Amino acid sequence: MGKVWKFGDNIDTDAIIPARYLNETGAAHLAAHCMEDADPDFARRVQPGDIIVGGRNFGCGSSREHAPAAIKAAGLTAVIAESYARIFFRNALNIGLPIYECAEAARDVAAGDEVEVDPVSGLIRDKTKGTEYQARPLPPFMRELIAAGGLIAHIHARGGKENADA
Amino acid sequence: MGMTVSEKILAAHAGLERVEPGEIINARLDLVLANDVTGPVAIEEFAKLGRASVFDRDKVVLVPDHFTPNKDIPSAELNKQLREFARAQQITHYWESGRVGIEHCLLPEQGVVLPGDLMIGADSHTCTYGALGAFATGVGSTDMAAGMATGEAWFRVPESLRFVFHGAERQPWTGGKDFILYLIGLIGVDGARYRVMEFTGAGIGALSMDGRLTMCNMAVEAGAKAGVIEPDDVTLDYVRARARREFRVYRSDADARYLETYEIKTGDIPPLVACPNSPANVKPVTEAAGIKLDQVVIGSCTNGRLEDMAIAAALLRGRKIHPFVRCIVLPGTQEIYLESLRRGWIEDMVLAGAVVSTPTCGPCLGGHMGILAKGERALSTTNRNFVGRMGHPESEVYLSNPAVAAASAVKGEITHPEEVAGNG
Repeated sequence: MGKVWKFGDNIDTDAIIPARYLNETGAAHLAAHCMEDADPDFARRVQPGDIIVGGRNFGCGSSREHAPAAIKAAGLTAVIAESYARIFFRNALNIGLPIYECAEAARDVAAGDEVEVDPVSGLIRDKTKGTEYQARPLPPFMRELIAAGGLIAHIHARGGKENADA
Repeated sequence: MGMTVSEKILAAHAGLERVEPGEIINARLDLVLANDVTGPVAIEEFAKLGRASVFDRDKVVLVPDHFTPNKDIPSAELNKQLREFARAQQITHYWESGRVGIEHCLLPEQGVVLPGDLMIGADSHTCTYGALGAFATGVGSTDMAAGMATGEAWFRVPESLRFVFHGAERQPWTGGKDFILYLIGLIGVDGARYRVMEFTGAGIGALSMDGRLTMCNMAVEAGAKAGVIEPDDVTLDYVRARARREFRVYRSDADARYLETYEIKTGDIPPLVACPNSPANVKPVTEAAGIKLDQVVIGSCTNGRLEDMAIAAALLRGRKIHPFVRCIVLPGTQEIYLESLRRGWIEDMVLAGAVVSTPTCGPCLGGHMGILAKGERALSTTNRNFVGRMGHPESEVYLSNPAVAAASAVKGEITHPEEVAGNG
């Protein structure tokens, strides 16, 4: 369960991690500047386990994988939005950041609400409001991939296991 | 049922007779691209896979263009990492400062990308190459790493949207930039999300290769997976002079399926500007006229090509940039720079009071070479005007074509080019 940070439509990757910080790739560096141009206090106030809720076309703009990486490094455990820009969608899952599409939750859930997401069922519970929303659950292979820490770690882990079996 | 040019390219690279929108395919890649921002992350991911070498050293393309010449110590370290990898892997398509250009200007010019190619690039403007009749789409560093290792990627076959430009004749002072801004204004920043934008009609046929590259470049600003234009004589004249390998031309069938077709009258489109903070916030330049400027940027992967330099130089020739304006010109490649120099355009621009920089993405993404202070306002031929894109979060960016940008640099405010050219 985590506290919600609410953002609007078309949150672009420059807002998530401004290009002036792309000269370094370390997790702590990215986390320190996460969402800086959308909310300058965000990185200072966000707590591990918190959740971002956005509107339409979340993560539009550049292909920088630093954007979902910054969100993950800042300790956020999920993003819920009405829709995602396609490169961000792919990048988020590839690095092991769980993201969910749910227009109703994106509309209703308010900043500061305590929200919980069940990755297996895709059920989103707003504990503050006492409401529930259904997002499409992540398929099992995607949950495995996220648990492994991303696509490359997943391939590696799977490769290692296959070798061990052989 | 026929297929679109995009479906044909995807099918051919997946070893299939045909593909349908929505289908997931695994396809062979002709090129895998990264730059100095996304490349180092991809190299770190690649290392975790434990592969000794990339799938094909001729098909991995690494372009240090964003923060080069190195803007600070951390970016120097990133570039060192990219350089060392390129050397260790004996990457064919890697260029040093002094030879490098902005990736999406450089690759078509050098004949690295050709019609019929399927490529991924860890840069969102990889969609530029659709102007050559290739299928090219932006990905992140992890997909880039996997592509570098295997030479393959999976794709969801996208639906296509068709934009037909009726009439070859366009309004004076307009070009590919105005066409694409017009469409983004029409359908919005997610209007083509997950789709291909296919541009066709007499208005596209009459556009130069440079104008077409500008159009496809900004397809991603409408959320598109790719932009594409079927090759014609303009395309073939351009690529035949550059290609050093075989290529294949694909064209859409007459009965190809489109999710939607938009009919556009080419002559209806005036010079446009996109106002802060969205590329979809588009107005005729006349409605933004008089807005005061601190900086003008002419260049980038969107408008840093020879035709753009010609247009800017023609307007700056014999005139002076407004005393309160910094006008920064960035030719997209060394070849464009050199040709602009030979034709006297660089001299025209310098005499007018412009900064002429070596090719770099630089100010477009607020990297270096022209960062905005709090409250400052720029007009730029680049592709994005998001909050803080070119510097301080409280600075502003307007987007336009190079004619509007050059004319506005002279007047110190957003200006229709006619106003400057008319009294020249």
